[in-house]
Amino acid sequence: MSENTAVAAGTTVASTSVAATRARSASGSRLGWLVPTLYIVFLMVPIYWLLNMSFKTTNEILREFTLYPHAFTFANYHEILTNPVWYNGYLNSIAYVSINTVISIVAALPAAYAFSRYRFLGDKHLFFWLLTNRMAPPAVFALPFFQLYSALGLFDTHIAVALAHCLFNIPLAVWILEGFMSGVPKEIDETAYIDGYSWPRFFVKIFMPLIASGIGVTAFFCFMFSWVELLLAKTLTAVEAKPIAAVMTRTASASGYELGLLAAAGVLTIVPGAIVIYFVRNYIAKGFAMGRV
Amino acid sequence: MDKTWNNRAWFMVLPVLVLVAFNAIIPLMTVVNYSVQETFGDNVFFFHGVGWFQDVLQSDRFHAALMRSLSFTAIILAIEVPLGVAIALTMPGKGFWASVCLVLMALPLLIPWNVVGAIWNIFALPDIGLLGRLLNGMGFEYNYTRQPGDAWFTLILMDVWHWTSLVVLLAYAGLSSIPDAYYQAARIDGASRWAVFRFIQLPKMKRVLTIAVLLRFMDSFMIYTEPSVLTGGGPGNATTVLSIDLVKVALGQFDLGPAAAMSIIYFLIILLLSWIFYTLMMRNEEQ
Repeated sequence: MSENTAVAAGTTVASTSVAATRARSASGSRLGWLVPTLYIVFLMVPIYWLLNMSFKTTNEILREFTLYPHAFTFANYHEILTNPVWYNGYLNSIAYVSINTVISIVAALPAAYAFSRYRFLGDKHLFFWLLTNRMAPPAVFALPFFQLYSALGLFDTHIAVALAHCLFNIPLAVWILEGFMSGVPKEIDETAYIDGYSWPRFFVKIFMPLIASGIGVTAFFCFMFSWVELLLAKTLTAVEAKPIAAVMTRTASASGYELGLLAAAGVLTIVPGAIVIYFVRNYIAKGFAMGRV
Repeated sequence: MDKTWNNRAWFMVLPVLVLVAFNAIIPLMTVVNYSVQETFGDNVFFFHGVGWFQDVLQSDRFHAALMRSLSFTAIILAIEVPLGVAIALTMPGKGFWASVCLVLMALPLLIPWNVVGAIWNIFALPDIGLLGRLLNGMGFEYNYTRQPGDAWFTLILMDVWHWTSLVVLLAYAGLSSIPDAYYQAARIDGASRWAVFRFIQLPKMKRVLTIAVLLRFMDSFMIYTEPSVLTGGGPGNATTVLSIDLVKVALGQFDLGPAAAMSIIYFLIILLLSWIFYTLMMRNEEQ
């Protein structure tokens, strides 16, 4: 009898929480879905236009206004995927973005732990100083960066761009990770030390799995800001490590306006981002909810 | 959380410190160095004191660019933050459709900035762009390469398109952290939709919204690539925001002294405003 009541109570709780969720998503009106839908349409239209142009010949783009490609062609994509100048641009971008993401996270993990667990001399000033570097306009730093990395002999290498992007990605990584780490109770650390764990072993075996979604979110943001940045990446490279976005600007000026080709290259710059979003989509929802971000 | 005092924590911060300092302090010193020197070419420099700073601070050109940057940032924040919150409130809370929304909305965030500029550059063209065609077809005389008003409209629309999703993602994260029990309690109390927003959702979103405002403030104030591809600062100087002006001075005219002085003033403005935001945020958190 009492079991039945418990089950019944359980179902009631479950159904109310479903109702509550629904109440929130409906936003008090039946037309609640309209706002996000319109917004997504607004986001997709320019992307559709780019996609549309990428399947047209430059002639068709310039000569007539068509809502979909009449002379459908893969020639633009074919050119990009077979011409080393183009596809090397992609490989370069992916190379320095990956290096940067790894460096940022590896360096930021212990620092974020220190900020979340300890007080030390000048900690608050240091934290704010780190954030200020997220605020430094890249336009300010372009020329000095060029001189610095040239002097070191790192000009036109992947590692140069990866290191330069640390300027804004490390502060961001520390900031986000610190939020996640502060959400983990300190008792967990203490219990582990009592159980005889050394700090590195505790950190890798116990602590990192606990903040896995935080690391996922951080990786997403590091990837994103490194992938989209162009000013520094362009300043620090010439041939060997030139990012795809810079290849696009050069081609635009060199061969007149090859609009179809540019559009196809643009579409292809969206692809890696889309793949990354697809893989971290659950982390974003769950990860954001867990941390203080 | 009460933290223990431990100065050895500095060793954990050291790698970050070295990497960031290498990238921040050396270039910053180069800029400072240029800002106090004058040159007549041939790499011969001599000390110029604070002359460049006085010149920059008194120049109408700098004031105009600063006003453009501040107006741009103010408009962007006024549109994107409320819009982002509204979208986060109305989008599905969880499940399949929430994932679909998140994936689609995050897409513009991951497009390289010059590609964003290029997309809008073409999308808004009056002859071959969809937006330009549409607006002209509706009877507006729209041409963003000629009319300053249209250029601003396009620039703002582009930024809303590009960045509102960041506010949505952050606000959504704040909303997801609210336990269902809160909503149940509100229902039992018979709270109105507005009361739920004002007393449950808004306070819970406070921290993420501060981060959103801070990030949007910094990025919109520093914006360079997108407007430089979209309008190149034109027509005339209509959309020449601070960063575009700075690059014009530094790389276009190669006036390193004034450019460096401008950089430092620019950086200090961002620093000051961000410090105010940051202090307010920390004070809120301690309460």
